[in-house]
Amino acid sequence: MPKKPKKIRVLLAKPGLDGHDRGIKVIAAAFRDAGMEVIYTGLRQTPEMIVDAAVQEDVDAVGISILSGAHMTLFPAILDEMKRRGADEILLFGGGIIPDEDIEELEKMGVARLFTPGAPTDDVINYLRKAVEAKKSDEEVM
Amino acid sequence: MTLLERFELGDIRALSRLISHIENRDTDFQKLLGRLYRRAGRSIRIGVTGPPGAGKSTLVNSLARLCLDDSQSVGIIAVDPTSPFTGGALLGDRVRMGDFPTDGSVFFRSMATRGASGGLASATDNVAILYDAFGFDITLIETVGVGQVELDIIDTCDIVVVVIVPESGDAVQMLKAGLMEIADVYCMNKADRPGAERLVADLRNTLQTQAMVRASATSEGKLSAHHHTLAGSEDSDATVPIIQTEAVNNKNIDTLHKAIFDHLKKIRESGFFEQDRRRRLRKKILSILSNRFQAEFVNGLASEDELDRAIDQIASGQSNPYDISAQLFEHFLNRN
Repeated sequence: MPKKPKKIRVLLAKPGLDGHDRGIKVIAAAFRDAGMEVIYTGLRQTPEMIVDAAVQEDVDAVGISILSGAHMTLFPAILDEMKRRGADEILLFGGGIIPDEDIEELEKMGVARLFTPGAPTDDVINYLRKAVEAKKSDEEVM
Repeated sequence: MTLLERFELGDIRALSRLISHIENRDTDFQKLLGRLYRRAGRSIRIGVTGPPGAGKSTLVNSLARLCLDDSQSVGIIAVDPTSPFTGGALLGDRVRMGDFPTDGSVFFRSMATRGASGGLASATDNVAILYDAFGFDITLIETVGVGQVELDIIDTCDIVVVVIVPESGDAVQMLKAGLMEIADVYCMNKADRPGAERLVADLRNTLQTQAMVRASATSEGKLSAHHHTLAGSEDSDATVPIIQTEAVNNKNIDTLHKAIFDHLKKIRESGFFEQDRRRRLRKKILSILSNRFQAEFVNGLASEDELDRAIDQIASGQSNPYDISAQLFEHFLNRN
């Protein structure tokens, strides 16, 4: 019997006080329709809550939507928390209204990929599939 | 260090990774469960079920908080449906989660049904065993929004809370088999809405009538042990409690919490707790066996080619599904 590809689990969250959740809901529906398990945490999440949820849900990736302009604070805070919790092998990606120079800087810091308004959902899906596939785990179970 | 060793040291990340292994039915996942099983058995499993949007997640969230107040650690499993078309799922039960401490006293895992149709995922029971072995005092299990017949929760939990809302129907709905007869505690949520009092009265009426009917039936030996405790034939006022709550306003959740733990005390004293765990174990063994049988034999009953030929024969009027199945079974027996 051919082995089915592993189910992709992805956590989607909106950090901070930004209440604009239209975009993240579109992405959630697109991922769901692409056969992924999407854990949606909703609004007003702190970096600690996001990383705690990502660890408990054992997700392959965390997707963050920020439309408030606070991306230079929140993304680094999430990356730091991931390191602190020993969960920095989880892929962090995101989307929002983010200037090119900030994107460059954030991707240098360790954010895997940032999408801006108008990005086709298929691009995001394909990116995520490839990025998750590329990750290899060598941990022993027993 | 292996994941199992880290798990045994209380590493949350290892617990989370092992849950995925079990959910994905990775190689040797049953051996893993076998190794962990001796550490399990202490956690109390409380199931919360009811129709979509009844307030299950909010209730589970508040119940978890009350357990924490009692210095009990809590593991939560919340199940949401998998799409039958794409295999994808939107797991949204975390939206109702409050700001819980991140010190490991609460653990929350969302699960997709992945094709199971009894209100839980097929791996939910195994994940609960993992929680138990990890050491959570209480395991709260929330089903998908259910209708009347998704009842896997009774084979997974020590105590079942059925959540209904004022719009859940009338006296006849309360009398129907299935969901409305599995509760150890009923929770009428959104009790501030019109119709709540009326439906509670209808439900209470139904329960009292049933208790009388069952008391006489058990004395004639016609009903099972489960119904026997429901009937409460030893003390006449022991009908199932109905607690009216307003989960979003955190109203009366303490009463619900108390009703659950009162019931736990009662079934422990009566011996039903152990008896029901034995019933569930029997089912568990049979279910592991039948899964194994399914995997090893049933999938080999007929090849795709054989099935195609069979369908051709039926479509052209030469045979029918019943005769074909009998032939294929015969063929399978001769082959093995």
